[in-house]
Amino acid sequence: MIKKKECVAMLLAGGQGSRLYALTNKIAKPAVTYGGKYRIIDFPLSNCANSGIDTVGVLTQYQPLVLNEYIGNGEPWDLDRSYGGVHVLSPYQAKHGSEWFKGTANAIYQNIDFIKNYNPEYVLILSGDHIYKMDYADMIERHKKTGAACTIAAIKVPMEEASRFGLLNVKADGEIYQFEEKPAKPKSDLASMGIYVFTAEKLYKYLEEDELDPSSSKDFGKNVLPAMLSSGEKMFAYEFKGYWKDVGTISSLYESNMDLLSERPQFDLSDNSWRIRSRNPIAPPHYIGESGRVTNSIVSSGCEINGSIEKSVISHDVEIAKGASVKDSIIFAGAKIGENAIVENAIIDEDVIVGKGARIGVSAEKEKKIAVLGRGIKVSDGAVVVAGEILDKNVGEEE
Amino acid sequence: MSALGLVFSNIHDTNVPELTAKRTVASIPFGGRYRLIDFALSNMVNSEITKVGVITKSNYRSLMDHLGSGKDWDLARHHGGLFILPPFDNIGGSLYTTRLEALKNVLGFLSGAEEDLVVMSDSDMVCNIDFKPIIKRHGEQNADITLVYVEKDRASVTGDTNSFFEIEDGRIKSIAFDSKNDKVNLYTNICIIGRRLLINLINETLSRGNSHFIRDVLIPHIDSLRVYGHKHEGYYEEMTSLIKYYEESMKFLNKSVRDEVFRTASVYTKVKDSTPTRYGENAIVKNSLVADGCTIEGEVYDSIVFRGVKVGKGAVVKHCIVMQNCIIGEYADLNCIITDKNVVIRDGRTLSGCDVHPFFIGKGTNI
Repeated sequence: MIKKKECVAMLLAGGQGSRLYALTNKIAKPAVTYGGKYRIIDFPLSNCANSGIDTVGVLTQYQPLVLNEYIGNGEPWDLDRSYGGVHVLSPYQAKHGSEWFKGTANAIYQNIDFIKNYNPEYVLILSGDHIYKMDYADMIERHKKTGAACTIAAIKVPMEEASRFGLLNVKADGEIYQFEEKPAKPKSDLASMGIYVFTAEKLYKYLEEDELDPSSSKDFGKNVLPAMLSSGEKMFAYEFKGYWKDVGTISSLYESNMDLLSERPQFDLSDNSWRIRSRNPIAPPHYIGESGRVTNSIVSSGCEINGSIEKSVISHDVEIAKGASVKDSIIFAGAKIGENAIVENAIIDEDVIVGKGARIGVSAEKEKKIAVLGRGIKVSDGAVVVAGEILDKNVGEEE
Repeated sequence: MSALGLVFSNIHDTNVPELTAKRTVASIPFGGRYRLIDFALSNMVNSEITKVGVITKSNYRSLMDHLGSGKDWDLARHHGGLFILPPFDNIGGSLYTTRLEALKNVLGFLSGAEEDLVVMSDSDMVCNIDFKPIIKRHGEQNADITLVYVEKDRASVTGDTNSFFEIEDGRIKSIAFDSKNDKVNLYTNICIIGRRLLINLINETLSRGNSHFIRDVLIPHIDSLRVYGHKHEGYYEEMTSLIKYYEESMKFLNKSVRDEVFRTASVYTKVKDSTPTRYGENAIVKNSLVADGCTIEGEVYDSIVFRGVKVGKGAVVKHCIVMQNCIIGEYADLNCIITDKNVVIRDGRTLSGCDVHPFFIGKGTNI
């Protein structure tokens, strides 16, 4: 029997995420914590599972250990299938030498045999650095209807910000006639989301051509898609309406976490019809003590809260000691905030220890700069980390 | 020595009738996110026992739902893993009524196994016990049977089917069903026994027409077999009544109890993929345990709040146990209440029990 899958998803998760600085020193960007419980990659993986796509190749390259362990056999997302399922694809050695992934298109090209194994009609290309809930099945449906070679998901952005994006200029029916990469004078406010559906045969053809072109930088946005358009292929935009946030920078990651707060959050994770699944920590319920105070915040399991928390996102197994105050901050799993310490406008990575009376991110200035403490660092008792500082080494230790 | 586990899920179903009307004692919710059986199963798994049979009798649908394939306890395995052992209908027979009859039902499971030892445990209790050193000691002492006990004040033992030990040099000298002493050695119903020995004892005892495990198996063999006691020093409590359940639940607001039972070794439970809990602008929460997936807009004091609970604006919840997916309406006022799952308290309602007698609201009630 010849088995096949209608659609295979390929998730580009190899990016270093250098604009997240200390947060991605030891882990790949898609493994960065989000929303007190999730990792960024939970969103595309859950979207795939919810859209009925059960075959996903995850392309990793940079610091993949945490990400590989997190994905495991894919069981949390119901992606532990006997045919299909989630597969981590790393660069490998072949008969004619071995290569790192040179660009997004080359990464897919190097794993083209993985896709062909499933003999799919469509290939969905995803990236691992966005927070959103999207029904890919609807996009594929649209792709079939228009008979396009490629469909690109796009979102309307404010006109004044449009020049920061790769824009799609489209006709009334959504057919793309021009790409513009970060133009000074944008003609459109429709930005590409980096999510593509290809008709499989077309993808193979253009990837192979691109691979032979020595001048190409092997990138979908810069090379493959424009080449398809200039060859006269039918390409359509699929307009997405909903919450979508690139969390590739400290400030956008911070903002997106803050979007979860408030009574009617901009982005709702508690929607049971589109569940975002994740690898759950084994931890008891969180405890809030006599001296604890928590307002306008989200708190995950296993925390011991004896200080005060305001407008913050707290991951699992965080300890906040008596007298400590956490405000406008994001704290990742396992961090400990000592007695009477003050944390404001900060992102505190996993397993950081903030000593007693330390002051993080405190600033009298109106404009809030976000302080970042990298994974596992220690801040000594009474030490000060100024607003906006990004640290990946211990603070205030005696030589 | 290799061991397999056997967990009895129904033995004490009459203990907490309020909570077992629609479930087994094993599936009573506890501690904000667990079911009682999680403790027995986690003890087994943390002790590297990877083949566990769960003996069921009746009302076990919610238990099956909770256990699933056993994957949340790492018990979904090709080799070993979780075995649900439902009652096996004998010709003209009725369901088992005693522990020994329940064991007779699972003779096939026991004889088909390869493990040297069987670790038996009930599931009406909360504790964190490592069986590894007990099993090791069992072998070193060349014991036939090791029974785990805890030292308690007689007055604090409230169950109606207790067994008490007299111990001499680690060996159990006698077993009695009552004791006049102030301090007692209470049997936990956790028993480590050779698998072949257990099979022989079950057959021998049943063939004589006897049916009681302690009275007809343990007591007659107390001298002829090497029966040792192992004293468990940590937290161990049986949920023998609703009041006991309430008192013991509240002990988990104490960090030392929480650290011992929840943290010395992980307690596994069914994964729900809940979101973290969201606290509103005016939330006030003191001395409480709150599970994932809740929305807290009101005030919560000295309480245990399970997953997916909503506490509305202005609501005050004091000394309560609020189980999964309950909705506490705005400006409702609750004191010393236990709400079973899916209870809805409408806006503005006032309800109160008292600390020595909490008021219980059954599953799905709308007030």
